[in-house]
Amino acid sequence: MAELTTTAPRAVTNPRATLQDLLPKIVLAPSFALILIFVYGFIIFTAFLSFSGSKLLPDFSTWVGLNNYVRLFNHPNWITALKNLAIFSVLYIVICSFIGLALAIFLDQKIRGEGFLRPIYLYPMALSFIVTGVAWKWFLDPGIGLEHVMQSWGWESFSFRWIKEGQMAIYTIVIAAVWQSSGFVMAMFLAGLRGVDNEIIKAAQIDGASTLTIYRRIIIPLMRPVFLSAFVVLAHLAIKSYDLVVAMTDGGPGTATWTPALFMQKFTFGRNEMGMGAASAIIMMMMIFAIIVPYLYSELGGKKK
Amino acid sequence: MSAASQDVATRNGIFARALIYAVLILFAVYYLLPLYVMVVNSLKPLDEIRQGNMLALPQQWTIAPWLSAWSTAQIGVQPTGLKPYFLNSVMMVVPAVALSTILGALNGYVLTKWRFKGDNIVFGLMLLACFIPFQIVLIPSARILGMTGLAGTITGLVLIHAIYGLGFTTLFFRNYYEAFPTELVRAAQIDGASFFQIFRRILLPSSGPIIVVTVIWQFTNIWNDFLFGSSFSGFNSIPLTVALNNLVNSSTGVKEYNVHFAGAILAALPTLIVYIVSGRYFVRGLMAGAVKG
Repeated sequence: MAELTTTAPRAVTNPRATLQDLLPKIVLAPSFALILIFVYGFIIFTAFLSFSGSKLLPDFSTWVGLNNYVRLFNHPNWITALKNLAIFSVLYIVICSFIGLALAIFLDQKIRGEGFLRPIYLYPMALSFIVTGVAWKWFLDPGIGLEHVMQSWGWESFSFRWIKEGQMAIYTIVIAAVWQSSGFVMAMFLAGLRGVDNEIIKAAQIDGASTLTIYRRIIIPLMRPVFLSAFVVLAHLAIKSYDLVVAMTDGGPGTATWTPALFMQKFTFGRNEMGMGAASAIIMMMMIFAIIVPYLYSELGGKKK
Repeated sequence: MSAASQDVATRNGIFARALIYAVLILFAVYYLLPLYVMVVNSLKPLDEIRQGNMLALPQQWTIAPWLSAWSTAQIGVQPTGLKPYFLNSVMMVVPAVALSTILGALNGYVLTKWRFKGDNIVFGLMLLACFIPFQIVLIPSARILGMTGLAGTITGLVLIHAIYGLGFTTLFFRNYYEAFPTELVRAAQIDGASFFQIFRRILLPSSGPIIVVTVIWQFTNIWNDFLFGSSFSGFNSIPLTVALNNLVNSSTGVKEYNVHFAGAILAALPTLIVYIVSGRYFVRGLMAGAVKG
């Protein structure tokens, strides 16, 4: 109602009204156009590519239908990449959430020096995955890193060469990735814990509930939205994981640590299989959208009320 | 802050508290360990790393690895050190952050104070753009950059980073301006203030915190980017993260671990300083990026 009374007379009296009315849209238009072209247009472009027989360059003259997808899911490297993604994302999400929640609960016990500890837990988030990769690559290197250190301390039989072993290398990437992200998950949970209504906890205490019960039955269930946010953020980071793998193992030993993102890069730009590369990118996007779209929908929908 | 959890805590025994402190300190060691390894070993001669112990302090302190990483280390075919790549990153980051932040602020302003039919769809599409795996835009982006003659240039990287940062910057400003009283904007409008006057005189003066959050977020992301840098940079525009990776993973010659560590710290320093100086805003940006809407 208020808007009606203020805008109506202005439109009649002010000759600049039309320009002023259009201005907001003119300002927004370039950004929106860029997003439409560079995000959605490009997604469509890549989708078309994934149905084409493109090799070195985009080539829309040969249509191969779903052939790229069929070849993709029959290719051992893609299967390796999917298995690695499954191992990596499950461990990464579970361990990060567990460490994050535990540290947050511990820090929330009126800890002396919290202001000192919190930044230590969080600083890895400011680093590039390449830096994290370099640090962990050499720290886990059997020649100079942990194994060497333990042996030089007199533990001669100590062996830790996962980063060189095809079966175990993916787990070293989990170690480095957890190091980088768990502090951030801690911060999310800590914010959640600090938002819990004290009245509920007091009531439970009066009823004689133990600390453990209060956490298990009341506080942790209240953290459900935080679990959900953490899950969404971590899952989407896991699917995108590329830099860290490149820096630590570059997919090796052999193809043991290939991830979908690495597959896309190597097939498109290394092996001139652009059609398959595009198909792998489409699969990656569908995985992310399957997680993000319902989440955003519920978040935005919930807010509008 | 949370009195109840304090009460909960006081009911724990001394043993439990000692355990809690032990775990917290143990994790602090875990998080600090790689940084310690990098710093300590960047100040050692190479022999000491190979023969000695990675966790030991240097017996012979030296800054030679730092000087080498900065100005003489072999990267690709050139013994230039990381210096030119550091400058490439600076020249890429500054305009990209500025562009995406300014556009994000204007978008947020329009989407909250000049609402129109369908604005939620526009915002939804911009928001979803934050999460796409960039692999899906690599091939067409390379094509566009090639067609416009921007392939392999810093300008090309600036544009790519600015465009793919728009979703997040718009999200930050939109959420911030949403809480800003619309009545003030309407009042100014009745007084005859124009679209840009209202933005400059009324919204901008109180936008300090969100500008800081956005600039830090964009700076950290673009500085740390590897994917776009490795895909779209040319001989004269390689950013620091890509150069660092080339330095560490070059297969030729002796592996100079101390130089690698010094280089890694050099690459991490700008974002670490930003984090130390304004950690509060840094965390807020992360949270805003995580907890949507």
